[in-house]
Amino acid sequence: MELKELIQQKLIENFPEVEFDYSEYRNELNIKFDKKFIKQVCTFLKDENDLQFLLCEDITAVDWAIRKNRFTVVYHIFSLKHNFRLALKADVDEADCNIDSVSSVWKTSDWQERECYDMYGIKFNNHPDLRRIYMPEEFEYFPLRKDFPLLGIPGSLPLPKK
Amino acid sequence: MDRLTKDDVHPKILQRLLEDSDITIEDALENEMILNMGPQHPATHGVLRLLLRLDGETVIGCVPDVGYLHRGYEKMAENMSYYEYIPHTDRLDYISPTANNVAWVLAVEKLAGIEVPIRAQYIRMMIAELARIASHLVAIGSFAMDVGALTVFLWTLREREKIMDIWDILCGARFTNSYTRIGGVANDTPPESLKLVKKFIDEIDDNLSECESLLNTNRIFIERLDGIGVISKEDALSYGFTGPNLRASGVEFDLRRATPYLQYDKIDFKIPTYKEGDCLARYFVRADEVRESAKIIKQVLQLMPQGEIKANLPKQVLPGKTEVYSKMEELIHDFMIVNFGINPPAGEIYSAVENSKGELGFYLVSKGEGHPWKCKIRSPSFIHIQALPHLVKGHMVSDVVAIIGSIDPIMGEADK
Repeated sequence: MELKELIQQKLIENFPEVEFDYSEYRNELNIKFDKKFIKQVCTFLKDENDLQFLLCEDITAVDWAIRKNRFTVVYHIFSLKHNFRLALKADVDEADCNIDSVSSVWKTSDWQERECYDMYGIKFNNHPDLRRIYMPEEFEYFPLRKDFPLLGIPGSLPLPKK
Repeated sequence: MDRLTKDDVHPKILQRLLEDSDITIEDALENEMILNMGPQHPATHGVLRLLLRLDGETVIGCVPDVGYLHRGYEKMAENMSYYEYIPHTDRLDYISPTANNVAWVLAVEKLAGIEVPIRAQYIRMMIAELARIASHLVAIGSFAMDVGALTVFLWTLREREKIMDIWDILCGARFTNSYTRIGGVANDTPPESLKLVKKFIDEIDDNLSECESLLNTNRIFIERLDGIGVISKEDALSYGFTGPNLRASGVEFDLRRATPYLQYDKIDFKIPTYKEGDCLARYFVRADEVRESAKIIKQVLQLMPQGEIKANLPKQVLPGKTEVYSKMEELIHDFMIVNFGINPPAGEIYSAVENSKGELGFYLVSKGEGHPWKCKIRSPSFIHIQALPHLVKGHMVSDVVAIIGSIDPIMGEADK
């Protein structure tokens, strides 16, 4: 419990202007805040000597389909110093479907953000190479969105040109 | 892409280039070409495609291209129940299927809050470690084959075959096992399977030494790997490396120790760590881990208690076949679970285990329905392939094959 309080205290001290929303489920700490601050908070959590979240395990998004802020981008980061996993969350609206890239903080987020873009169409600002990763370049849809049918869309995957 | 500078070339190659009086760095710049390697290249371990930019024989740029085996497993997970998805986890890292089964059911149990009987937990540890040995044996063998030592591949596959036989007796399938169930495992271990496991782990040390004797004193093997594909501790962490690849770079990080799951906190085992971070270190880590896994299984067999192999939660855990056919209640539960799923409470969790390749994580979001609202697979191979451009830069084309073999990617997992 002490570490969770330490993280909360450090965040409040260093980001007085940001509203952090803490929640806990199955002993996992989730922190939700405005997407504008994602890069600053990530940089802080990685570089802060008492925390050292050096490992970015996973970046993904959740499509809530009918909610106002349609997507939530989720970052799972791990501190080797404390053996502690933290989930950071930021809401992204469909009308303003972008969030700052953290690829300059952790190199691994390069491909993870590309995957997230490929599957959900969320644009990552200042990403060095934001291309599709699994689907072909000319594919027009975002398969993991809830409005994409399970069986796919006929004709959406054209055969390669001869 | 940048032009080649002296700093980009591996010092060994640079030295070699400068020793050759007929060729200078400036001359070599005139001969750039793009080489397409894969997706049908045998040494790319599946359908990995690499685009290499070459300067003579030196790689100055590399762009990996993945997605040739993309089956949309995350989309499929959103449309099937938690039970239905177990066989699909076999097809992620298909060299160690049981370890993936364990990872999936652990994630679902965390989401649903199911406690598993101790015996089932020990059986799960046993099959997960067997899967790790199988995976590392294939990794060592195919790695050796990539750099030209064919016999080792045959010998390590002979050992792996014994594990397949154990799985065959244990759960009736040799390759895609689907042995675990939510709340336990499919069936109790037949006595002869445990005898086979015991025989296997007693012999594996000698048999592995036999395979190693072909490699560790082989000058060609050592010289092709020593100092090749070096990644520093900081870079490895930044690239998100986990598992043997991270430990070869000098970070003593193992999820079995860091965030103990199952009964790993009761087991005494070492975490093999090497400082060099090159291909040779990654090979050594895998060989050491095979021995550590054998040690773990030995302790598991001693500690494994008798008892139940499934949790007694009729609304969430599938009943056995005999009960379904003989009892009305169990038949109803079976019908409900198969048709409507287990409905974990609304919430989201991230559960990760130490798989043979690295950290295999599942991020599950439930809305209280029978199927997950979202399932994200954090696959180690995908993350490791990302670092290939960093690893191969400045090396020769022939080293690319060695580097791919040393990070041991499985495309079923990387492409999902």
